Amino acid sequence: MTGVWAIVRYGLQEAVRRRVFLVVLALTALFLALYWLGNHYVFGELTQIIPPANVDTRTFAASFLFGLAMFGTLFLGVVLAVFLTLGAVRGDAERGLLQPLVVRPLGRPAFLAARWLGCALVCIPYVLCVYFAAMLITGATGHWWPDSIVVPGLELAAGVVLIAALSLLGSVFLTATANGIAVFMVFGCGLVAGLLSTVGHALPSHTLIHASKVAAWILPFEALYEDALHGITKETSGLTGFLLRLGPFGGAEAGGASLRLWTIGYFVVVSVVALVAFARRDL
Amino acid sequence: MAVALLARGLAKRYGSVEALGGVDLEVREGELVGLLGPNGAGKSTLTKIACGLVRPSAGDVEVAGAPAGSLEARRKLGYLAELFRFPGWSNADELLLLHQRLSGSDGGEAERTELLRLVGLLDARTRRVEAMSKGMQQRLGIAQALVGTPRVLLLDEPTSALDPVGRRVVRSLLEELRGRGVSVLLNSHLLSEIELVCDRVVILLAGKVVAAGSPAELAQPRGIEVETDRGRRVVQGGRDDVPRVVEELVRSGERVYEARLLTSTLEEVYLDAVGGETS
Repeated sequence: MTGVWAIVRYGLQEAVRRRVFLVVLALTALFLALYWLGNHYVFGELTQIIPPANVDTRTFAASFLFGLAMFGTLFLGVVLAVFLTLGAVRGDAERGLLQPLVVRPLGRPAFLAARWLGCALVCIPYVLCVYFAAMLITGATGHWWPDSIVVPGLELAAGVVLIAALSLLGSVFLTATANGIAVFMVFGCGLVAGLLSTVGHALPSHTLIHASKVAAWILPFEALYEDALHGITKETSGLTGFLLRLGPFGGAEAGGASLRLWTIGYFVVVSVVALVAFARRDL
Repeated sequence: MAVALLARGLAKRYGSVEALGGVDLEVREGELVGLLGPNGAGKSTLTKIACGLVRPSAGDVEVAGAPAGSLEARRKLGYLAELFRFPGWSNADELLLLHQRLSGSDGGEAERTELLRLVGLLDARTRRVEAMSKGMQQRLGIAQALVGTPRVLLLDEPTSALDPVGRRVVRSLLEELRGRGVSVLLNSHLLSEIELVCDRVVILLAGKVVAAGSPAELAQPRGIEVETDRGRRVVQGGRDDVPRVVEELVRSGERVYEARLLTSTLEEVYLDAVGGETS
């Protein structure tokens, strides 16, 4: 385990020395400040918002804002995860950084696992911190709290570490730049699947809803995000509930236990493919 | 002497390109073997297979009796790649500490100090890699390869960026390592370096061994240079012919001042072996 922790530490040290964390913290603080400003204005003028009949204005405004913050949290987490992992194998091998490390007794599987672990140790706390900070801002400003407090945050974090696993898999085959582009495109596909669901609910079209559901399960980070969105308003019913399902960047959809099991299976498959491919790769 | 590194029928193809075509090679314990050949001859591929970085298409390599790439082999191996880079943000001490952790070395600070002293970087201990010259980075690379006291050392062009003083430091280091029983496979284009330090030389051409032996074994006789009262000239013959040639000259009334056996240099041996190939 000493070798695994040495690589985890190496990754974290690099991020600190290259001032990655400093930039991330500064931009996150800016994001949260702007989010607070948005909340301040929206809840300050809540009486002027005229929602459709039978819709609770506060729930409507707060959950929409918080849903937006959840998308922002997911996006920032994904950016962090991708930039921490995009060149882990081929990128570092082409620069000559990888070879001195993997000839050591640590071995390739442990090396890859350590890179993922290092990324997860940064991204999970980061996503949870931003998620809870956004929740506190909405709660304190708008006096509204989501129906489920913890689980949606954990689902966002799970989505981010799943993206990190995909990014590590991509890094075995692709150069750093190509991998970064590929992973962001995959993330974008998930986003499109979510928007398709929104359109499907608005029309309404069962075919579109079904297509978006299949796409979201093929890219489970999107399904996790939709389940997290569902979690924050899961006890809201009626027209308010329906409108909230439309969501700002992808509709809320319940995934349940089967989604979590599917995500674990998906992660295991992605990890095994990455480990086997890395083990067979000439460096 | 036990065999430290053994390659049998080693072959590697990259698509339609044959990088190695059935190489047999042996490095014994405490032996320093130089690997020579033009660019693309397969030297780096052979080294990488021995480290477990590249999988052979056929044949196998054993490092201290363990299959190349296995945990046991990696524990006994030190490696410096031809094209390597260390993270610019780390300093020399941190880099060696990382490799100590990865190799499971318990040498601690004493080992790091000793390695930095060996490569002449003790004063640059806390200097960041990005602030080091290429030569300093190469010396740090050699120190890194020595972390964990490896029994087999694979050095791919370790002196390519070094100035004459740096090369001399590395040469002394290699001789010291040989004294400690470390086996070294040295891949280099610097024939003079190889000639000075290596016990044996292996010349590769297009993935095949075209010459192998000690520098003395490989050297071809080029005649005997004699200096007499009638001047300096070269006569045909080898080492065994020297007494006869001198005797004949004396018998013919010449005064012999010097008789010197001429042999080919490693450079000449190399050029003969590769037939002028550059890549």
